[in-house]
Amino acid sequence: MQARLEDVTMRDMRERATRDSPLVIRGMTVAYDRKPAVFSVDATFRSGRITGIIGPNGAGKSTLLRAALGIVKPLAGQATFFGRTLAGSRDRVAYVPQRASVDWDFPARVVDVVAQGLYRRLGLLGRFGRDHEDMVMAALERVGMADFSARQIGQLSGGQQQRVFLARALAQDAMLYLLDEPFAGVDAATERAIIKVLKALRSEGRTVVAVHHDLSTVEEYFDDVLVMNVRKISDGPVGVAFTQEALDTAYGGRLERGMRDPQKTRA
Amino acid sequence: MLRDALTFQLGYNATLVTVAAVLLGFAAGVTGTFLFLRKRALVSDAIAHATLPGIGIAFIALTLSGHDGRHLPGLLAGSAVTAMSGLFAVQWLSSRTRLSEDAAIGAVLSAHFSLGIVLLTVIQTMSTGRQAGLENFLLGSTAGMLLSDAILIALGGLLVVALVFLFRRPMSLVSFDPGFASTSGVRLDRIDLTMMGLVLGVTVVGLKVVGLILVVALLIIPPVTARFWTNRVELVVILAGAFGGIAAWLGAGLSASAPDLPTGPLIVLVSFCLFAVSMALAPRRGLLSSLVRHRRFQAGVHMRQGLLALAQGQPIYEPLTIRLLKARGLARADGMPTREGAVRAARALRDEKRWEVARATPELELAAARYDGLTQIEDVLTADQIAEIDHRIGPPEAVQ
Repeated sequence: MQARLEDVTMRDMRERATRDSPLVIRGMTVAYDRKPAVFSVDATFRSGRITGIIGPNGAGKSTLLRAALGIVKPLAGQATFFGRTLAGSRDRVAYVPQRASVDWDFPARVVDVVAQGLYRRLGLLGRFGRDHEDMVMAALERVGMADFSARQIGQLSGGQQQRVFLARALAQDAMLYLLDEPFAGVDAATERAIIKVLKALRSEGRTVVAVHHDLSTVEEYFDDVLVMNVRKISDGPVGVAFTQEALDTAYGGRLERGMRDPQKTRA
Repeated sequence: MLRDALTFQLGYNATLVTVAAVLLGFAAGVTGTFLFLRKRALVSDAIAHATLPGIGIAFIALTLSGHDGRHLPGLLAGSAVTAMSGLFAVQWLSSRTRLSEDAAIGAVLSAHFSLGIVLLTVIQTMSTGRQAGLENFLLGSTAGMLLSDAILIALGGLLVVALVFLFRRPMSLVSFDPGFASTSGVRLDRIDLTMMGLVLGVTVVGLKVVGLILVVALLIIPPVTARFWTNRVELVVILAGAFGGIAAWLGAGLSASAPDLPTGPLIVLVSFCLFAVSMALAPRRGLLSSLVRHRRFQAGVHMRQGLLALAQGQPIYEPLTIRLLKARGLARADGMPTREGAVRAARALRDEKRWEVARATPELELAAARYDGLTQIEDVLTADQIAEIDHRIGPPEAVQ
């Protein structure tokens, strides 16, 4: 499908992308007490690609995701998932929040957290059966955490917590995965395990959008990027949108002062 | 006497009180669990104090309309109305203003309570008579409990437990991860409102038995106690209900066998005793177990450091390290290793070196993350992997 898309003309491609896109954001503005965190952002995320949302701290990257998902209330703008409202496509959308956003001393085991991904299947009173258990274990298997299924979540390392969160999203069996800083504060082995899973999702035809802040890995991890700092600065394929100019705008030129060249550095 | 009370042999009223109290204790423990996990335990205090003006208003309304002002269902209905106004005031203040929830709770709680006290004082001066006893809602009073009162409490408690069971999944989802819950289609505002509605129900139902000042204890102490014993939400809920029920049963029994002692405070004190015992003795999360675990870990670290020092012929300065090594027959008084000590030291050094290689090997990174200076590498890696590492280190060195 990707190959076919690239054959057609640029305009056709845009129109098709908008219509088929797993996520289209239009005019999104979010403000906390009059100070806009996200201002009038338009973005169309392409199906079957891994897109990185890039920008400095406080650029509104997470807020953009959270507003699209209705977790924070936008001042203006809307998000369309697979051409429908969020309410009409919840079964196809999985969200992986920031690991630090929850209290890991909550009384739950690894399996219990991953089973939360099955909430929409189970409902209020549905019985958690054998097949549900298999889905949970399969998700844990994919992130290499099957041996930890009975572990209390408070005993996990940061990287393990992140993989449990990813497993919960995998259990949802969604078509669009939205991840908020999945690589923040995780060990190198976890980072590799996660990117492997994301690439596997892509090869299954699913779409991945991840908030990311490590510029050195952008070209390696992502097909497309959205560079932003409150406003959108550039978006499109990494080769086109991830430019020195875009980064200078996003980071206010701070990267130029010999600290690191994001185009070349490998951490 | 106490035994008679606990086995319901102490007469009609005592039995009635005990049964009602046990059901209330169970319902409160179950409901309080989600409140505690959502980290909003103190909202229940605002709700509880906000019941008082409602009681006063209901009494005045009942009396003025020619009814008995002490009609319990009427008073409880009145208390529920102002409790709701207190709850919404807290919600509104903390979501629409810059006040944090604890500040909002403080303001709402004290304002409602003051209004209630003023109303109660006004009622004292009313010429209707029969107003005695309203102040019993402050600390609860079980004397003269009627069968209809007990049935009201029991039904309210059962309804609350049934609703908690029905909403257990969304409530624990919201308590753990509200963002994820909302993307899963859980309506946060509705679940929070349900949770608070249940708390309100327990509070109103509990006014007669423990009173508005102490009902908070029934909501908070049992879940906190239960948390010491288990790491699973479902079990915390059930245990909290059990602890609440047991505390109510023992507390009501004690007060029935010594009639001058108040029921509500005794229930709370028993509940606190269960908490104190759990805090001290619970496996894993209890204080004693933490202390033992810490000591064991400390000893392990000292042993390891001591053995590594012996292996490398370095002097040991820590008295605890020397004491531990000597006690295990691994070192002599002069700080030199015994024969067994030398063997163990060589083994420790080898293990440390293997870890060093493992931690520098990218393919072993996941396993190497388990390095804590104490875990033996044999417990983490396979024999093949270790052989591979040994190959890289070279032959073992002898320790003199």
